[in-house]
Amino acid sequence: MQVVLPLLIPLLTALLAALAMPRPRLQRGLGQLGGVALVLSALWLLQGVMAQGRLSVILGGWPAPFGIELAADPLSAVLVMAAALLALAVRVYSDDHGSSEPTRLPLEQGVVAAAIAITLAADLFNLYVWFELMLMGVLGLLALGGGQRAAEATLKYFALSLLGTLLMLAAIGLIYGATGHLNFTALSQAARDPAIAPALPLYVGLLLAALLLKAGAFPLFAWLPASYHTLPLPLLALIGGLLTKVAAYVLLRLLGDVFVLTPAALLEGLGWLALATMISGVLGAAYHWDLRRILAFHIVSQIGYLLLGIALATSAAASATAFFLLHNILVKANLFLIIGLMILAAGHHDLRRIGGLYPGSVLLALLFFVNAFALVGVPPTTGFWGKFLILREAFEQGRYLWGGVALGVGLLTLYSMSKIWLEGFWKAHPDPERLNTAAIPLGGWLAVSGLTLLIVLIGLYPEPAIRFIDAGSAGFWPASSGGRP
Amino acid sequence: MNERLPLLTNAAGPLYWLLFLASLWVLFRGHNAPGGGFIGGLLAVAASSLLATVRGVAAARRRQWLAPVRLAAAGVVLALLSGLVAPLAGQPFLTHIWWGGLSTVLAFDLGVFLAVWGALTGYIYPLLEEEASPS
Repeated sequence: MQVVLPLLIPLLTALLAALAMPRPRLQRGLGQLGGVALVLSALWLLQGVMAQGRLSVILGGWPAPFGIELAADPLSAVLVMAAALLALAVRVYSDDHGSSEPTRLPLEQGVVAAAIAITLAADLFNLYVWFELMLMGVLGLLALGGGQRAAEATLKYFALSLLGTLLMLAAIGLIYGATGHLNFTALSQAARDPAIAPALPLYVGLLLAALLLKAGAFPLFAWLPASYHTLPLPLLALIGGLLTKVAAYVLLRLLGDVFVLTPAALLEGLGWLALATMISGVLGAAYHWDLRRILAFHIVSQIGYLLLGIALATSAAASATAFFLLHNILVKANLFLIIGLMILAAGHHDLRRIGGLYPGSVLLALLFFVNAFALVGVPPTTGFWGKFLILREAFEQGRYLWGGVALGVGLLTLYSMSKIWLEGFWKAHPDPERLNTAAIPLGGWLAVSGLTLLIVLIGLYPEPAIRFIDAGSAGFWPASSGGRP
Repeated sequence: MNERLPLLTNAAGPLYWLLFLASLWVLFRGHNAPGGGFIGGLLAVAASSLLATVRGVAAARRRQWLAPVRLAAAGVVLALLSGLVAPLAGQPFLTHIWWGGLSTVLAFDLGVFLAVWGALTGYIYPLLEEEASPS
C-alpha cells in the first residue's frame, strides 16, 4: 500500500478535479488536499523504505511472469518525495494566480501521477505507458495556453516526443523479443547471460537513444527551450523540474541496475554526449535575455551533469547522480517559481526591460541569491555537494577532461546567474512605474520560501540524505564497484 | 440535421434503448463470458451517437447523467476504488474479491464502461456539433 499510495493520490486528485470542473472553489480545495496527502504518502513511503529496504507490490497479486510490479528503493523513494514536494509547492504557488482554466488541475495532477509512476515502475512496458501518459498531460497543458505560439510549442513538443516514444516502444519490443522478459529483476538476470541475447546491447542502445531524447540531451535538446517557455510559470516549474529528470532517473536505473553489462563504448559515448549537452545548454543560457529561456537552457546544461554521473558507471557515481537529481529537481523548480515572482513584480520577462528588484524587495533578492548559488554549486549549498560528488568521482577515475569541462560549465552558470542578478535586481528599472513588488501574492512567497528553506537545510546537513541514497545505490554497477578501467 | 429519413427518425428512440440494454447485457455477461466493460461501453457509445445524429447532440447529452469528461472521470474513480477494497483486506492493490456471484471486478468493469462511454462521446459530440453548424 505504501508503494501504491503516492501514485493513487495524484491520480484520484486528477479524476476528482475533473469531476469537480464546474466548481472552481471545490477544485481548488481538492488540489490543496491532494497536494498535502501526496507529501504525507511520500513520507510514509520514505519511512517504509528506511525501515525495510526495497518495497514492492505486484498489482492484483498475480504470479511473477504476469504480474505488474511497482517497487521503491531509496533512490525512487527520494525522487517520489521530491516530486511530491514540488507538486505541493506548485499548488500553493498557483492558488493565488487565479487558475481559472478548469482542465488545468486534472492535467497537472495527471503529470505528477505519471512522473511518480515512472519512478516506481519495475517493468519496461509500464514505464512506457506512464511516459505516454505524462506526454499526454504535458501536451494538454501546452495546448491550454491557446493562440498560435502555444500551438507551435505543442506541435514541436508532440513531434519530438512522438519520435522518442516510438523509439522506446520499438526498443522495448526488441528487448522483450530477445529475452522474453519485461520485469526489471527478470531482465537483469537475463542480461547477465550474454548467451541469451547477443544483440541485447544494440537494443539497449536504442532505448538509451529514446530516453536521451526525452531527457533533452545534445543534440536533440532543441525542442525543450522552444516549447517550454510558452507555459505559465508554475507549470513551467513543475514540468521543467520533473520531466527531463524523470528520464534521467530511468537512464540511471536501466543502465546501472537492470542492464549492467552495457558495453563500455556506450558509456564512453554517453560521457562525451554529457559534455556536449552541458556546454550547449550553458551557452544557450548565456546568449538569451528572456528569463524563462535562460532557465530552460539551464535545464539542458544540468542534464549534462546527470548524464556525466551516469557515464562514470560506479555505485559511488550513481549515488552522486541521485543526490544531484534531488538537488536539481528542487532548485531548478524553485528558480522557475522565483523568476515567476520577478516577472510579476517587475512586469516583464525580458531582462532588458526590468530592473530595480533589489531595492524593491530584499526578500526576493535573498531568495534568488540562495537558489542561484545552489544552481551554480557554491558551498555549502545542495548544488555544491551534488557537483562535488560527481566531480570527485570523475577525477578519481582519471577523467580530468570531463571533470574540467564540468567545472568550466559551472563558471558559465555563474555568468548567467549574475546576468539575472545585475539586470533584474541591481540596475534601475527602465520604467519605474511598472515595478510593483506588492503584486507578489502570499502563496508565491510561501511556496518559494518553503522550498528554499528545505534546500538550505539539505545543503547544511547533506549527510542523512547522502547516506540514505548511498544505501540505495550500493547495488548499482556491481561488477565495477572499484572504478571502471 | 433536419432532412433525415423518416424511418430512421422514428426508429431512433427504440433503437437507442435496444442498443443501450444490449450494452448493459454485454457488460454483465462479461463477468463470466466474453464481453465486459470496454465492449459494453462501445455499444453505449453507439447508442448515444445514433441519438445524437438523429435528434441532435443536446438530446443525446440529456440521456447521460454527467458531461462526457466528467462521466469518464467518474468511471476511472469507480475502477480505482474497486481496487482499493483488497488492501483493506490486506491484499495487494487491484486484487479482486468475490462474494458468491458478486465481486469487485463488476465495479471495475462498470468503471471501464463509464470511462469508455464518457471519453468517446466526448470526442463524438463536438464533431457532430461542428457538422451541424457549418461556419
